[in-house]
Amino acid sequence: MAMLEVKNLGISFGGLRAVDEFNIKIEEGQLYGLIGPNGAGKTTVFNMLTGVYTPTDGSIVLDGQNITGKKTVEINKAGIARTFQNIRLFTEQTVIDNVKIGLHNEKQYSMLTGILRLPKYKKIEKEMDEKALELLKVFDLDGEADLLAKNLPYGKQRKLEIARALATNPKLLLLDEPAAGMNPNETEELMKTIRFVRDHFKMTVLLIEHDMKLVSGICEELTVLNFGQVLCQGKTMDVLSNPEVIKAYIGD
Amino acid sequence: MKNLKKSSKDHLITYGILLLVYIVAEILIKTGNMSSLMQGILVPVCVYSLVAIGLNLCVGYLGELSLGHAGFMCVGAFCGAYTTKMLQGTINNEILLFTIALVVGVIMAALFGFLVGIPVLRLKGDYLAIVTLAFGEIIKNIINVLYIAKCSDGMKVAITDGGAIEVDEAIGEMWLVNGAKGINRIPHLSNFTIGMILIFVALFVVFHLVDSRSGRAIMAIRDNRIAAESVGINITKYKMMAFVISAAIAGAGGVLYAHNLSTLTATPTNFGYNMSIMILVFVVLGGMGSFRGSIIAATILTILPEGLRGLADYRMLIYSVLLISMMLFNWAPAAVNWKKKVMASINNKTSKKGQVE
Amino acid sequence: MDFLSYLINGISLGSVYAIIALGYTMVYGIAKMLNFAHGDVIMVGCYIVFMMMGKAGVPPIVAILGAVVICTVLGMGIEKLAYKPLRRATSLAVLITAIGVSYFLQNSALLIFGADSKSFTSVVNLPNLQLAGGKLTISSTTLVTVIVCIVIMLALSFFIKKTKAGQAMLAVSEDKDAAMLMGINANATISLTFAIGSCLAAIAGALFCSAYPVLTPYTGSMPGIKAFTAAVFGGIGSIPGAFIGGILLGVIEIFAKAYVSSQLSDAIVFAVLIIVLLVRPTGILGKKIHEKV
Repeated sequence: MAMLEVKNLGISFGGLRAVDEFNIKIEEGQLYGLIGPNGAGKTTVFNMLTGVYTPTDGSIVLDGQNITGKKTVEINKAGIARTFQNIRLFTEQTVIDNVKIGLHNEKQYSMLTGILRLPKYKKIEKEMDEKALELLKVFDLDGEADLLAKNLPYGKQRKLEIARALATNPKLLLLDEPAAGMNPNETEELMKTIRFVRDHFKMTVLLIEHDMKLVSGICEELTVLNFGQVLCQGKTMDVLSNPEVIKAYIGD
Repeated sequence: MKNLKKSSKDHLITYGILLLVYIVAEILIKTGNMSSLMQGILVPVCVYSLVAIGLNLCVGYLGELSLGHAGFMCVGAFCGAYTTKMLQGTINNEILLFTIALVVGVIMAALFGFLVGIPVLRLKGDYLAIVTLAFGEIIKNIINVLYIAKCSDGMKVAITDGGAIEVDEAIGEMWLVNGAKGINRIPHLSNFTIGMILIFVALFVVFHLVDSRSGRAIMAIRDNRIAAESVGINITKYKMMAFVISAAIAGAGGVLYAHNLSTLTATPTNFGYNMSIMILVFVVLGGMGSFRGSIIAATILTILPEGLRGLADYRMLIYSVLLISMMLFNWAPAAVNWKKKVMASINNKTSKKGQVE
Repeated sequence: MDFLSYLINGISLGSVYAIIALGYTMVYGIAKMLNFAHGDVIMVGCYIVFMMMGKAGVPPIVAILGAVVICTVLGMGIEKLAYKPLRRATSLAVLITAIGVSYFLQNSALLIFGADSKSFTSVVNLPNLQLAGGKLTISSTTLVTVIVCIVIMLALSFFIKKTKAGQAMLAVSEDKDAAMLMGINANATISLTFAIGSCLAAIAGALFCSAYPVLTPYTGSMPGIKAFTAAVFGGIGSIPGAFIGGILLGVIEIFAKAYVSSQLSDAIVFAVLIIVLLVRPTGILGKKIHEKV
């Protein structure tokens, strides 16, 4: 069974058809890329997958569970976590607290336990700290654990966002332009990290990216979106050599 | 030994300062070195500090503006005083009587917080401010037309039509709530010690709340609502949690306030919009997110105008200018750049010093 | 006949709310902020009309023009000094600033004019209209208020639809950054919005005080808050919505006063706000706004 199966997904804003007849099938453990020119509707697809927008038509099935039309919170609980094109961290909180917020649903204790500092509070907080530090180590952020998130350099903020998403223990990780604003060295490192995440956490990853080096370097399959419709789909090398795709990217 | 967390150390400092202030004040009172004017102001300072702590939770941590905290204070005050009046003859222990009144007042304020929260906390934008403001006005209006009396043939309730109830005090009948005249002859149960205890308890609650899983969720919503949803945080639940606790603490302030007066009425000055704004001034000047700052601001801004009577006319004008300047100082690009420059020059100096040493 | 005269009074009060609500709704739509001080600009307008008519003895129309000019300048000044530096600040900071400005205006008026209420003379000096053989009297103030409100509504709709500046306002309200990329001067547009809103506030103030001739430094705050309620009721950001919301709210208030209790009428008006937000948060004519992610 596929990890994610999307059928005939579509959405209209007013009279405008932003995404139409979108189909995708991602197998467990795959590194999948969603590419396309600016304004093609890539982020809109992410927003539908994560319940930020409610799709007008179509269905989304995650690991056998129908999540079409569900709310963001439920979809996260069902197993989709994401990062954002314009980084959205909890800027006024520390790096480690950002990851601990990601652990919100996995490690629970009640409000009263927290206020009264019952033994369970100490136990779970300790587990959270350990798990969060472990995740931060993966992204080489453990040295900055007590820094405020807003004081991290740009590249590390992107990594922290991925760490936070992973903390929610997802089945499918959506990355929205993870390499945006990074220099070639940082991008190179990011590619290694994404591969590591996939192998280490047995994660399925769907990413939006403009950096062709990153896409061709790590994605096994691609879907190309143009004007809200799927232009081409398949193995990375086949897709990238498709004349239609080249035309959409470079123009006539 | 394991080092204390920075936040825990900060909490201990706050508790320490409060304890010190309490001891000094008590010594001054006992040795007869505190003027009666100052003594009279101690409980109000505690009241404003409490409500400011409550509002700071809402503004500083939840990131939502409430203009109705005077309303929650009003609910706490009236429900508390009403309970005391009802139980006055049955329970003679003052501490127990106050405790029951406190519990009732706090629970009612929390309940109203919940009811007001239902329509608003689902919405985005500035609706909370306007709806809480509306709520404060509604509560004040309703209390001013509410008549409840304990008569020989049972309880009587009327709305707007107080004349329909006849109360003969000679045969032991009495008004519990007498419309715009409010609740009178409330036993004087509040004192500075009780006020300080309430502040300690409130601080205990908010400090621990903020530094827990729930508190992080509340701040996550403030910092980035969409990201908070994306990691599975139930926005409405945590907004409601912060708002209800915030209202409950304001309610506790109200109970303390009510038992410091003999007659409790709901007027625009004590429970109106002006009071909500004054509390907001305490929170903003003390620093949004700093409970200690709220208490300090509430204390200084309550004592100062009493000491400098001449300032009274200009008080609100000065507050308004302070509000605007604080916001501009924190956010205006010119001020932000200036602060950066100052910080940089301070850093330069300290690093140079470090080199010399 | 009682019912009819209450209805007419309600429509008249509602017209004033509608004019004020237009100012709220335009500023909210374009600058994305709740301008708490809007109600107090009304109060300033009232004092200016009062001083010019009472002390200087100028004719009403000149007094109103004077108030319009001063309030417009005041509104633009507030925007430039207090709000403009906060364009990139959180909405909480902007809201607190607006409350500060509102307080500043109220307390300045308190120091200048004192707390005692001034009795305002109506700016409308025409005979009342007698209908149904004298059974139903419509005051000239009421008539003028309703007419002025309709004229303003139509003129504003025309301005937004047909002029370049109006189109720029629409563009900025839809997407400020995109509008700026298209060469629209967003700052000038926001400033113009405040100018129009404050100009309307002055007119609304003169009409409100003509109908309810008690003037204090707090005169503006209640109608201001109620007009905001009207704007939310009609759908915030919508001009016809502000009109409909204003009229409905005015009628509800007068009916509540007449048939329920004059002491509870404010509570009832505010209860309307809470019910609207509970049942239809976007208001009668409001649109659902898609957030950019």
